[in-house]
Amino acid sequence: MLPFKPILLWTDMLVLLLIAAVIAFVVQARQHEHLRAPWRKVARSTGGMIAAPVLLAFLAIGFLDSLHFQRGTPPEKGQAEMRYGPDVLSVLDVLVEHLRVQQERSFSAPFATHAHSRETITRPDGSQVREFPRLRHGGSHLANPETDRAADIGQRLLRALGISTVLGVLASVMVVGTYARRRGLSFDGALAAMREGNVDIPIGPMLVSALLLITTFTMLFALSGVYHVFGTDKVGQDVFYLTLKSIRTALVIGTATTLVMLPFAVTLGMLAGYFRGRIDDAIQYLYTTLSSIPDVLLIAAAVLMMQVYMDTHPEIFDSVTRRADFRLTFLCIILGVTSWTGLCRLLRGETLKLREQEYVLAAQAFGVSHFRILLRHILPNVFHLVIITTVLKFSGLVLAEAVLSYVGVGVDPAMNSFGTMINAARLEMAREPIVWWSLAAAFAFMLLLVLSANLFADAVRDAFDPRMRAVRRGSRAKQAKVPPQPRVAGAA
Amino acid sequence: MSTPILSLSGVRTTVRGADADLHPVDGVSFDIAAGETFALLGESGSGKSLTALSILRLLPDGVDVTTGSIHLDGTDLLALPEQAMRDVRGRRIAMIFQEPGTSLDPVMTVGDQIREVLDRHLGLRGAAADARALELLDAVGIPDPRRRLDEFPFQLSGGMKQRVMIAGALAGEPALLVADEPTTALDVTIQAQVLELLRDLQKRLGMAMLLITHDLGIVAGLAHRVGVMYAGQIVELAPADRFFAAPDHPYSRKLFESLPTRPTSAGRLSVIRGSVPPLGQVWQGCRFADRCDDVRPGCRDADIPMKALEPGHAIRCILGSRALPPAVASAPLDAVVKVASPLLDVHDLRVHFPIRKGLIRRTVGHVRAVDGVSLSIPAGRTLALVGESGCGKTTVGKGIVRLLPLATGRIMMNGVDLATLDGRALRDRRRDFQIIFQDPFASLDPRMRVSEILEEGMTALRPDLDASQRTAAVDALLTSVGLATEAKGRYPHEFSGGQRQRLAIARALAVEPKLIVCDEPTSALDVSVQAQILNLLRDLQERLGLAYLFISHNISVVRYLAHDVAVMYLGRIVERGPTEVVLRHPAHPYTEALLSAVPALHGIDARAPIRLEGDLPSPAAPPAGCHFHPRCPRATDACRREYPSAVSLGPAHTVHCLHPTR
Ligand SMILES: Nc1ncnc2c1ncn2[C@@H]1O[C@H](COP(=O)(O)OP(=O)(O)OP(=O)(O)O)[C@@H](O)[C@H]1O
Ligand code: SF4
Ligand code: SF4
Ligand SMILES: [Mg+2]
Repeated sequence: MLPFKPILLWTDMLVLLLIAAVIAFVVQARQHEHLRAPWRKVARSTGGMIAAPVLLAFLAIGFLDSLHFQRGTPPEKGQAEMRYGPDVLSVLDVLVEHLRVQQERSFSAPFATHAHSRETITRPDGSQVREFPRLRHGGSHLANPETDRAADIGQRLLRALGISTVLGVLASVMVVGTYARRRGLSFDGALAAMREGNVDIPIGPMLVSALLLITTFTMLFALSGVYHVFGTDKVGQDVFYLTLKSIRTALVIGTATTLVMLPFAVTLGMLAGYFRGRIDDAIQYLYTTLSSIPDVLLIAAAVLMMQVYMDTHPEIFDSVTRRADFRLTFLCIILGVTSWTGLCRLLRGETLKLREQEYVLAAQAFGVSHFRILLRHILPNVFHLVIITTVLKFSGLVLAEAVLSYVGVGVDPAMNSFGTMINAARLEMAREPIVWWSLAAAFAFMLLLVLSANLFADAVRDAFDPRMRAVRRGSRAKQAKVPPQPRVAGAA
Repeated sequence: MSTPILSLSGVRTTVRGADADLHPVDGVSFDIAAGETFALLGESGSGKSLTALSILRLLPDGVDVTTGSIHLDGTDLLALPEQAMRDVRGRRIAMIFQEPGTSLDPVMTVGDQIREVLDRHLGLRGAAADARALELLDAVGIPDPRRRLDEFPFQLSGGMKQRVMIAGALAGEPALLVADEPTTALDVTIQAQVLELLRDLQKRLGMAMLLITHDLGIVAGLAHRVGVMYAGQIVELAPADRFFAAPDHPYSRKLFESLPTRPTSAGRLSVIRGSVPPLGQVWQGCRFADRCDDVRPGCRDADIPMKALEPGHAIRCILGSRALPPAVASAPLDAVVKVASPLLDVHDLRVHFPIRKGLIRRTVGHVRAVDGVSLSIPAGRTLALVGESGCGKTTVGKGIVRLLPLATGRIMMNGVDLATLDGRALRDRRRDFQIIFQDPFASLDPRMRVSEILEEGMTALRPDLDASQRTAAVDALLTSVGLATEAKGRYPHEFSGGQRQRLAIARALAVEPKLIVCDEPTSALDVSVQAQILNLLRDLQERLGLAYLFISHNISVVRYLAHDVAVMYLGRIVERGPTEVVLRHPAHPYTEALLSAVPALHGIDARAPIRLEGDLPSPAAPPAGCHFHPRCPRATDACRREYPSAVSLGPAHTVHCLHPTR
């Protein structure tokens, strides 16, 4: 019998669905050059390749945090069944167990060894004093924190640097080795090519970004065992842990929302553009109406309604985690409902254009059914728009979650997210002395995520934008006509 | 020759590529004297437009002139700073572009665009500028110029836009006018107007002109000297008379021979093997060697230099002058009118597009794009449909293959009226008729492999075939259109324009149709490739007994391929008859004007030009009576009252005109 019971939350299912979609796409792409070519272009862009390791790291954390289970205790005598604890944990929780369990009583600053505020402490002799008490875990191994802390941190950093050097060298050798094999070069040949800037994929910048990332994380982890590297929050939870847990929420919002909205946007957009007439009128009416209601109103109304429902039916959720997860799923859906109109409009326009394309007419001349035409001719030719929109939307959604949670209509307060962290920081910032670290940590991680997502999205857009491709295709008339032409020659 | 205004020597333009540098212009030298028209002739990709842009220094990013020199009146243009170059552009050299629609600023009035140049280059402002702008518009033949000054480009037709472009170019009183395919985007009748305007202006103002074109006919009418470009080099440089009498370079000769006006004795066009070479090709010896019929040992040994044959005439070939006109022989199609029952019989076909306006998009009227067309095609024969752009040719074609909803009409094929069929019944009939489109770049789905493209129709219309039979059929199809069977696994973008058109033909053939509607299948192709496709179409017709409805505006193509011709004007057929009869003895004034507008090569088919005034009226509101009367030189009051009924002029030759030529 397993010592644990796997748990599949709603959002886990969405994540699995997403992974399945990506795998299906990769399988398709292996057979179709036109699907692979733009990604190859992404791999050639410096911005995209700098962002890629960062995004990959975030994705890995998010994925580990999506494998949920309940711990079991072996059956006691007389009992046949395993008993499972009430906590729904994730693999990430296990990997950073120490962060989760090393709780303090309340606020403490990054790397602090003493609490952030004075407490009344009863001495063994019965007298009471008010002082900053030692933390239970942060720096508790130090006998004399005032004098030893700096040296201890320095030592640990040095060790981390050693480890990250080893890891970095390993990673670089692997990357360069793979590249060399793919291009049929020797290892030295690949190195020489890199030195001369003679490589088609910007390996150098990518490695720099990966090395920085490895070093940062090794250091954070090396120190987080004995210190709270980002401090602790009001109830004494490690902020670094909260930040790590927030990553999954951000990723789920950023991707699952799109997953929810894609079927609507794609089907309705293509139907409207392809069939025109009444169908088009109806769909246009629908999205014009929807998009003229302010999103925030719609979301607030829906979330509040659901909140009321959940409050009156507490029995349907057997744990806090499930409850928070349900709310997250709901938020994804409602965000999806309010955000499909943009893509839908885009796809409608593109389909209107494509349906007049002669290859579509040729298929119609063969009596090919409308459904097949939509599937075989229209969908593959608007697919780049879907991909571009998906990646461009990602960072917007991550930020939207932060804003919504801040105004209280976002994720469940029990769910870790950048938004709830920032929301909590609202009160912390007003304290004296100021508690700045939760806000700083949430902000830094969110910025890193959004920035790299945007960098990557730019690379994707450049690679998929058909206008870029038109240059290569160059029909007869356009071949030499690339320059921006002055209105009347010379008037410029 | 007097001292040249413009002189290019060894100009090489380089595109910095990812892998290697490319040279689309590779050592071009020529001079243009004051008052002279020099034509740069070449197929697409030969580097002629880039040569022009190099002169104006308007090259795109990453493209530069790397060697050679360009002198304008003794000034080295390549050494000028950009600031000074801006004074040269528009003032000393002006340029007009191919696409009038995109070269005018849509948010500026016509007057402002011209005044801007006057202000910039001549410092003319206020009333003086107004007066000059009026003069210019008048000079380029724009009727009612005062009103046009305040109009925006979208209010003008294509021909008028091109005239405004020319007026703007002339505003700076340039010494040299560069015209890049000035009429390619225009209709033959409008093209004739613009060419005449250019010829006239050039004579009056004595400016030099660099004319860039792929059309031999235009060169013949306009140029004093000719340079033929091939793969970035000039291969022949000759006075126009000499060139048209007897071109000497094998490539020039082939260009003439592949014109459809000159079929060889076998009734096939002489073709240039292969297609225009790609830019990145590495050369060894003569660049034309792979396609040259006269290739001999020595051709590939070393670069071939230009060799002067006589003053002002040089070729880049190891052979000398032939002093022979190119092969001319004609074998018209068998003109016997077969009295076969028609395969396709269209009666009173009408296609109307609703015009919608307002909030609820109420239909407020109709564009009568096709307004009562009747025609018939016997099996195994070709009917050509000719006419100006917008007259409804494509709409007829799409209507017949039922890609557009019909207003009324009967389309009889094999005793069944296609117009009444729907759904399943129509689908089953679709095997019999197929369509080939004009633009080979838009007619193949870029996301599908060749095999998938060719199998699509078979899957839909020949369900009796299994997978292996389909594969075999694909191989057979590719072979029959002259492509290798390896092409199956590739994507359309890997093929050239001509090869794509072959694929489109193969796709149509896949369901073994009896009739193919060909909508301008060669108008997007180079002359040499056009000849290959025309030959292919004719072969297939002989082998498979196909009937074609061949839509075209190119009269020489029609003459080569069609048994019968129908001339369309504003949604109706105005004249119809056997090709030889209609082209030789046109009876309708519109047909006459259309034929005379075709730029003729020296000596062949020269007609007294009949210039049509104005443009095609809107099909939403056709003129009352005979649609053609506002432009017709023979119009009388009777013509304005009612639409003329059909007059028969001979076997199968009918015309809708009250005063036909007899
Ligand atoms: N879908 C449409 N809706 C409204 N009007 C249309 C539509 N398609 C064509 N028309 C109009 O119908 C008329 C005939 O168009 P058509 O495309 O048949 O001309 P054409 O003779 O083939 O011209 P070209 O030589 O430029 O191809 C034109 O005035 C055009 O503007
Ligand atoms: S040099 Fe030789 S190959 Fe080239 S054009 Fe002349 S004959 Fe042909
Ligand atoms: S009927 Fe009259 S207006 Fe029409 S074409 Fe004949 S002569 Fe001209
Ligand atoms: Mg057309």
